[in-house]
Amino acid sequence: MNLPRSFQTIVLAILVIGILLLALGGYLTPISRVAFSPFISTQTWLASRFLAIRDFMTAPRDVARLSQLNDQYEAEIARLQSQIIELQQQNSELEVLSALLDFARTHAENEYITAAVIGRDVSPFLHYIIINRGSDDGLRRGMPVVSSQGLVGRVAAVTADGARVQLITDPGTAINVRIQPSGAEGSLAGSITGDITVESIPQDAAIQTGDLVLTSGLGGNFPPDMLIGQVSGVRQRPVELFQTANIEPVVDFSQLEIVLVIVNFRPVNIGPLIPTAAPP
Amino acid sequence: MAILLAIPILGLMVIVQSAIFSQVHLLYGTIDLVLLIVVAWAVQERVTTAWHWGIIAGLLVSLATAVPAYAVIPAYVVVTGMSIYMRRIFWQRPLLAMISATLLATLLVQAITVAALLISGTQIPLIEAFYLITLPSALLNLLLAVPVYALIGDLANWLYPEAIEI
Repeated sequence: MNLPRSFQTIVLAILVIGILLLALGGYLTPISRVAFSPFISTQTWLASRFLAIRDFMTAPRDVARLSQLNDQYEAEIARLQSQIIELQQQNSELEVLSALLDFARTHAENEYITAAVIGRDVSPFLHYIIINRGSDDGLRRGMPVVSSQGLVGRVAAVTADGARVQLITDPGTAINVRIQPSGAEGSLAGSITGDITVESIPQDAAIQTGDLVLTSGLGGNFPPDMLIGQVSGVRQRPVELFQTANIEPVVDFSQLEIVLVIVNFRPVNIGPLIPTAAPP
Repeated sequence: MAILLAIPILGLMVIVQSAIFSQVHLLYGTIDLVLLIVVAWAVQERVTTAWHWGIIAGLLVSLATAVPAYAVIPAYVVVTGMSIYMRRIFWQRPLLAMISATLLATLLVQAITVAALLISGTQIPLIEAFYLITLPSALLNLLLAVPVYALIGDLANWLYPEAIEI
């Protein structure tokens, strides 16, 4: 059966056009899916293996680079964190200094020297602090020490570059004080636990919780009207000669960092004025 | 050499005690690092400079405390003698000597301190002081006794190496 060549060409063209039309119409999709599926699977397998091999070949270089970057970032984080801590510390110091400056401005009659607290007494029975200013800076024994809140203590011993300050909470403390608004006077005493009390308050004095405790200036050891604290409780017994008041100090002695020493105050030694027994 | 080393070591410990450990409280008691070092040094078997260390420690501590020096220096000397005595009692049991000497040393130093303060006119309620300061201090010192003993033991072995018979 010999068909003319032109007829074969026409049939072939119609067949191709028909297949194209069927493909364009979407009628060949199931067939193409079945036909191409093995090819795609094979290519996927091959590509994934190729990518795995490529990653294997290039990964060590990337890990080294990433590790280096990680080290750099960690160093940067550490530097920034230390900077933050430093700034926070500076901010804290600035707040303390600002409060001290305010205090100094409101008590302009006094001359002050600022000092940093660098240590505490090694004995747990005593309440002393060590400051980084001494006789070279003009400090003398007996000078009062204050913070922005109120009275801290007084200089007990001085060296050239440092001084030891007896806190008002020390068990050896004895300060003449006045309680406001009643005006009652008493003697402030510390203790081994750091609690402070005012003793020898006359029984008829009307003392209430919340009353202010200030230095009276009697005895010449401290300037008058320096704030010490508030009355937090009163112990009054009819059988006793005096009443006692527990005091909540205004100064937080556990957080003392910077203090002010009043350098223009000279304590008065009243020892020679106290009468002694006359010789027989 | 051992005496010369005492000054920087004990000086540094007094600074650390004043700046750091005096603010670490258990109730109102604190660790006495200098006392621990003096005791640990005195209970070492081959150490011959225990008395020197005791005196230097007393002198250095007396500079950093308001407790009268006439109490501090004898207190550390007494503690040194007591520690040497403990070393002889607990022969070949140095750790036991260290622990018992630490306990006794804490009680001794604090008793002498309280006596000196009472003599100087400071009011110290004795029972309150014992429960709030002395017992917690003794406990803290006992906790640190073993590590301090180990460290000072290394120092002593370095300064006083064991003689080898040939």
